[in-house]
Amino acid sequence: MNTAAKVTEIIAEQAMIDVSDVTLDSTLESLGIDSMGVVESIFAIEEAFDISVPFNANDPSDSDFDISSVASIVAAVDKLKAEQA
Amino acid sequence: MHRVVITGAGTINALGNDVASTQSAMAEGRCGITQLDIRDIDRLSVKIGGQIHGYEEADHFNRQEIALYDRFTQFTLLAAREAISQAGLKFSGDESDSAGVVLGTSGGGLNTQDDNYRAVYEEGKNRVHPFIVPKLMNNAAASHVSMEYNLRGPSFTVATACASSNHAMGQAFAMIRSGMAKTMITGGSEAMLCFGGFKAWEGLRVMSKDACRPFSANRNGMVQGEGAGVFVFEEYEHAKARGAEILAEVVGYSMTSDASDIVMPSKAGAARTIAGALRDARIDPTEVGYINAHGTGTAANDKTECAAVAQVFGAHADKLMISSTKSMHGHLIGGTGAVELLACLMALRDGIIAPTIGYEEPDPECALDVVPNEARECQVEVVLSNAFAFGGLNAVIALRKFP
Repeated sequence: MNTAAKVTEIIAEQAMIDVSDVTLDSTLESLGIDSMGVVESIFAIEEAFDISVPFNANDPSDSDFDISSVASIVAAVDKLKAEQA
Repeated sequence: MHRVVITGAGTINALGNDVASTQSAMAEGRCGITQLDIRDIDRLSVKIGGQIHGYEEADHFNRQEIALYDRFTQFTLLAAREAISQAGLKFSGDESDSAGVVLGTSGGGLNTQDDNYRAVYEEGKNRVHPFIVPKLMNNAAASHVSMEYNLRGPSFTVATACASSNHAMGQAFAMIRSGMAKTMITGGSEAMLCFGGFKAWEGLRVMSKDACRPFSANRNGMVQGEGAGVFVFEEYEHAKARGAEILAEVVGYSMTSDASDIVMPSKAGAARTIAGALRDARIDPTEVGYINAHGTGTAANDKTECAAVAQVFGAHADKLMISSTKSMHGHLIGGTGAVELLACLMALRDGIIAPTIGYEEPDPECALDVVPNEARECQVEVVLSNAFAFGGLNAVIALRKFP
């Protein structure tokens, strides 16, 4: 399974919606994922890809990990996979 | 209804091993947050805390006591010793029967659990010490205080996360006010700085890696602390009759539930609790000179708390002072309100308002007088102590200068 498919699956499960309802330009907010849901999604991503994600819930925009859309999360995960391989 | 006064105080925390050293550190704006020294620190991503360094349990307790006293119980007993000694009380006969203990803690004997889970899971041992259960239980500290001082009245433990010790002190106040007890030993204790305890907190991703900067625009999270604060709450006539020195009067208390979210704070809930404490104490809002804030240094708490204060106090919100001493001693979770009450006593007795240290950038969402970085000399008559816990459980205590 490629990164985009796995991230989409994780986000769909968190939002309790069908995978087909998650698109690359969806934002977590538009899918109804709140701040605790974001923290839980990041945990699931870390577990799925065996990576460590730098993320502080106090200031998500200050983290290196861009969560502004599904596409940005996929890109950030690919970057971390390459860095932490 | 009976009046309730405070006649003894004791503590051990990252700022000092007693009340005098803690209050002088608060007055100097000294930071007790340092690099953590705990097992497996290399596997933690956050490595700072308000840890008590140089503490040797064998300096204070014998071998049999150490077998029964978790670190949180040890802290409690040391703080209780200071408080009860200051109050000058001895308990026997009727005096014992009308004296109890109500203490807050969230993690209880977490170090004991951590050590023994390691023993059975990591080291594969099939046997643990016979006293692990009485050592780790949350009521161990309250029970040992009752045994040490022969307190035979109502005693129990309150566990409401970050509001535990404010809830405990609120209960002690209510019990004396109603006539259920004459003297209550109260406050709280926490010793969560162990690998397992810290790892759980890391998961929430709300801890700062560098400093606790409440109300500052660049704040980036809370910092854990440890220690205990213990007080003697006493019925006023009882204290007066024996000529006790009175540190302050406890005049009001309120507890509420947000009934909304398990972690996010609520402005409405906080405001309702603050207003409730003022009403309970029959205080006009303009009498309040200082608030010891919950002020965790997280994005969510500080702006919500400031908005609640602004709502309750209106124009007076810009005149009162509000500071968070967590910037110095860290967040003691179930013991935090107790250590923070020492800043309230210092404000009332010494006219010194403890600062919010680490303050670097104003935040328009926290636009109150947060006493940035340096303590201030100012006489105040009435102070509040706020605590707003995970789970939406809130507790606010009001104290008045005495006489």
